Amino acid sequence: MFGTTPSQTVGPYFAIGLPWADGSYAVDPDAPGAIRIGGIVLDRRGDPVPDALIETWGADPDGRFADLHDHGGPSEIAGFRGFARCGYEDGDGSWEIVTLKPGSVPGPDGQEQAPHLAVSVFARGLLGRCITRIYFADEQEANDSDPVLLHVPPERRSTLIAELSGDGSYRFDIRLQGADETVFFAV
Amino acid sequence: MKQEERVIYDPVTDTPINYRREDADAHPPLDFEPYKSSALRHPKQPLIYLPQTITEITGPQLGPASVAAGDNDLTRQHQGDPIGERITVSGRVFDSEGKPLRDTLVEIWQANGAGRYRHRWDRWPAPLDPNFSGAGRCLTDSDGRYRFTTIKPAPYPWGNHHNAWRPAHIHFSLLGRAFAQRLVTQMYFPGDPLLEFDPIFKSVRDPDARERMIGSFSIHATEPNFSLAYEWDIYLRGPGQTPFEEAF
Repeated sequence: MFGTTPSQTVGPYFAIGLPWADGSYAVDPDAPGAIRIGGIVLDRRGDPVPDALIETWGADPDGRFADLHDHGGPSEIAGFRGFARCGYEDGDGSWEIVTLKPGSVPGPDGQEQAPHLAVSVFARGLLGRCITRIYFADEQEANDSDPVLLHVPPERRSTLIAELSGDGSYRFDIRLQGADETVFFAV
Repeated sequence: MKQEERVIYDPVTDTPINYRREDADAHPPLDFEPYKSSALRHPKQPLIYLPQTITEITGPQLGPASVAAGDNDLTRQHQGDPIGERITVSGRVFDSEGKPLRDTLVEIWQANGAGRYRHRWDRWPAPLDPNFSGAGRCLTDSDGRYRFTTIKPAPYPWGNHHNAWRPAHIHFSLLGRAFAQRLVTQMYFPGDPLLEFDPIFKSVRDPDARERMIGSFSIHATEPNFSLAYEWDIYLRGPGQTPFEEAF
């Protein structure tokens, strides 16, 4: 056993290295079924966090991952990367990624998990990444039986659910601290 | 390291189905008062235990298309040579069982030889270098090895407290092979007198873990009449102990 390398903050200047030209596109934005998900990252005072980096990872609509490894996949959808990263040099706290709406995937003890994305949040001021999940408000039936959501105190579940907007995009704000603090997970 | 420990995963059949849960002091606490900008940003609610499901044990595998030739040489991204001490930084990426991670993306970014980042928000009045952007990337090879040629970054002051200076460091980002292995960290340089005053470095409580963020000078890796060299191995979480899928 070797000790692992500790985490350190991403700092305020990650934008010189980490954002990619197509980084926020887990799939081509013109692909059939592409959806936009975004929101704002907020601190305890409700002020936007301009130097945050958001990454998402999720399955395709068939519940398959763009992973070379043999975990039920790989995704057969051409051009589906499954991974998106959003951060800006001149950020204003907002973020947005494009992906396909994920399908259900297997969960613990043979249960199904509701459609979701895994999310990493990095920022100046965060010495390690914060991990959360995005669920979808228009999947209420699946959400009601999701084993992870059921494990979250009921009064906090709404922080994990993206709301569907009139234009078909999803809104997911991330509150790092304070009232309605987003649920973060230990993985 | 013993030869038999240097096993490389078969990417299809030998992928871990879960990852070891880490000790509380393996990483810095999110709530760390000496690092001032953590105050309004760190979550205060307890983290909720999440079993590692297929979402967490898979991860982006971007492959060679994510890297272009020369992306790992930060000294040749412009017409002229950047100013400063040319160094190579190389090492291997392992999991905590000592198995190399091949084909994993390593991204770096850093200040220039005067301690200035090419970022609009960096107002430290040290000179920008027209021949240095400060970012690079590479994929690890079949031995888990990465290698960058760059300029040694300089320390710089910051506003955390009176007379605060960051020790020289290079930011590293690793995707690993799974969402669970994702790591963003910083590499420091041996013998830097600023380390003991730096709240970010010292946010890691375990002194042994802190040492794992410091590269070592290697005379063997230097290139005569070209560059000095530092070596730094990176360890990501390895497989968990039980072969069974986790549950609540």
